[in-house]
Amino acid sequence: MRSRWLILVLVAVAIALPWGFYDWGHHRHAGFLISMLSQAGMMIILALSYNMLLGQAGLFSLCHATFFGIGGYAMVHFLNAAGKDELPLPMEVMPLLAGLSGLGLAILFGAMATKQRATAFAMITLGIGELMATAALMFHHFFGGEGGVTTDRMIDNSLFGLTYSSGIQVYYLIVAWTLIAVALMYYLTLTPLGRMANATRDNYERAQFIGYDPRMVRFIQFALSGFFAGIGGGLYAITYEIVTFDALAAPLSANALLMAYIGGTTVFGGPILGAILITLLQSGVSLLSNSWLVYVGVMFIAMVIFAPSGLAGIIQAHGPIKRAGRLGRLTLPYLRLVLPALALLLGFVGLVELMSFLTIGAAQGKKLVLFGNAIDVHATMPWVISAASLVWGAVWLRFAAAGFHRVWENLSAEVRR
Amino acid sequence: METLLISVLNGLVYGMLLFMLASGLTLIFSMMGVLNFAHASIYMLGAYLAFTISQFVGFFPALIIAPILCGLIGAAIEIWGLRRAHQNGHIAELLFTFGLVFIIQRVVQMTWGMLPMPYRVPPSLDFPLFVLYGSNFPAYRGFMLLISAAMLLSTWLLLKKTRVGLIIQAALTHPHMVSALGHNVPRVFTTVFAGGCLLAGLAGVIGGNYQTTEPGMADSMGPIVFVVVVFGGLGSLAGCFVASIVMGMIQTFAVVIDYSVADVLRPLGLAISGDTLLTEVLTVPVARIGALLPFVMMVTILFFRPRGLMGTRDT
Repeated sequence: MRSRWLILVLVAVAIALPWGFYDWGHHRHAGFLISMLSQAGMMIILALSYNMLLGQAGLFSLCHATFFGIGGYAMVHFLNAAGKDELPLPMEVMPLLAGLSGLGLAILFGAMATKQRATAFAMITLGIGELMATAALMFHHFFGGEGGVTTDRMIDNSLFGLTYSSGIQVYYLIVAWTLIAVALMYYLTLTPLGRMANATRDNYERAQFIGYDPRMVRFIQFALSGFFAGIGGGLYAITYEIVTFDALAAPLSANALLMAYIGGTTVFGGPILGAILITLLQSGVSLLSNSWLVYVGVMFIAMVIFAPSGLAGIIQAHGPIKRAGRLGRLTLPYLRLVLPALALLLGFVGLVELMSFLTIGAAQGKKLVLFGNAIDVHATMPWVISAASLVWGAVWLRFAAAGFHRVWENLSAEVRR
Repeated sequence: METLLISVLNGLVYGMLLFMLASGLTLIFSMMGVLNFAHASIYMLGAYLAFTISQFVGFFPALIIAPILCGLIGAAIEIWGLRRAHQNGHIAELLFTFGLVFIIQRVVQMTWGMLPMPYRVPPSLDFPLFVLYGSNFPAYRGFMLLISAAMLLSTWLLLKKTRVGLIIQAALTHPHMVSALGHNVPRVFTTVFAGGCLLAGLAGVIGGNYQTTEPGMADSMGPIVFVVVVFGGLGSLAGCFVASIVMGMIQTFAVVIDYSVADVLRPLGLAISGDTLLTEVLTVPVARIGALLPFVMMVTILFFRPRGLMGTRDT
């Protein structure tokens, strides 16, 4: 019941947010916000469809961007055909075609890759991803080589008479398709297919004994996740009107993995959280720092070791305590964690930034400025302060975390009783 | 004829370099069931470390120090990272090494910058070894062959003829039994992981000035090494060796073949014209799609023989 409210609030926010930053003086939308929100929409589809593999079927795929990208490339060609009146379809249903392109390719590659699982599956998908990325750079006819392919989204064919000339119209198209895709993917988790995917993830042999062919289950799951990724890629092509090989190269596949995992693979909504968070980080922190990928990487590794269920999993773990009405007793232990965590974070960020300004920043001619003061990265003092903060924060956090752990265990035991 | 001989030699050099990387990866995989995605990153680290060390003490000490440093880094990764990730399951281990790729990549960029390093062949090895039909064969490539052959021989001797190798081999197949006999299996794992990283570091030292030492070298080498391991069959050192040499040959020969599928079809009376995706695929010369071939080969072999050339197990 509560999650239903959460969904409604999220949808309302997604629809209303662009108007909150509307520039009434100039009758203009905040372009940066809209492009960021559009990006978040596509990334939600990408991360959720990736989680159909990683979270729901236990398949660690490294070629998910391939299907996203092929959806994008196909969309460009569909739009070009529509522009020449060869494809009389309204804009609103075009992402479906992109999705079908993704599905087609996923069927082809899935037949090969899903014969294996775990490590071998990961390596095969890595090879497939590289194959497609290299091919995209080489073949000009479909992929356009390094320059990519361009299109014009104003095909003048819409169910609602829209021209899609402005970003806000495209944004609402993305919102609509994201909702459709999310709803479909959620529905899939309730079907026997979704349940069997979970079963093959948890216990391969027993799934076989029940009488299902795990390979078939994996294959269908793989193909369907390619379908949804293709929809995301189609929306990408509509938004940017250009698709280059970035849309199917390995960094985007890795991004899908990071979003899904950091958000949480065990909860359906986890990847949504991860996608929004990473998109925010990408458009926010990447402007400030050269090394935002270090932060994401370290966050990812920390999650793998300490919180394998992701952010959503952490939130979910509070459920029983909250239902027992004892969440208040966690406030003080949490507050105790804040200071050491801040010290650790400050020290780490300080060291990373100092290092990166010593080399990359120097090459770009940038200077490290903090609170209006230029900081000399060659001086000893900033390094000593950062290192001390890092070490002190780490040691203190260790003790504080041990204390927190005790309180948590006690509370969990009480709630269980 | 002369291009053939030179290409065979070059292919051998590149293949042996690949094998140095792939053998470590295969050893780690067959023992711990972990695919170390960061293996190529260690290779990159080896090249960078060798560059920095060789600036202070020269190339030959760096040839020894840098791989040892890489081995130590590998041991640290295994003890403080992989073991903890192992508790969270198999996928967590894969994800952990995958995350390491990002971090090592960025740390290298932060420490050494984005530009390629001027890591050169040492002057004492910078002369033509012999002249073959008018083209030189650089002494450094001969040196690379020598190092990789010595590495191959010593690894083989270590695994087959020593007590340590015996324990490692036993731990590969029967970890519980080995542990019951009183051996410290986790330490054996650490040793193997460190050894694999040492080999990767060594490959980085001699590969760094053969190719270029730049932040993208891990990304360009990594997928090829994985292809080699899959192609040869997961967990098979012999298959890995064959696959490395085959891949090295293909990569070097592809550059000199200026024919396309259409050129082969033309004598058969099939002329290809037009401008579609299919004709483009058929008319593109092999030399241009050299980078694509390893992946095509991998997909092909997986289609016909899913466990690879000499693989013993399906995972």
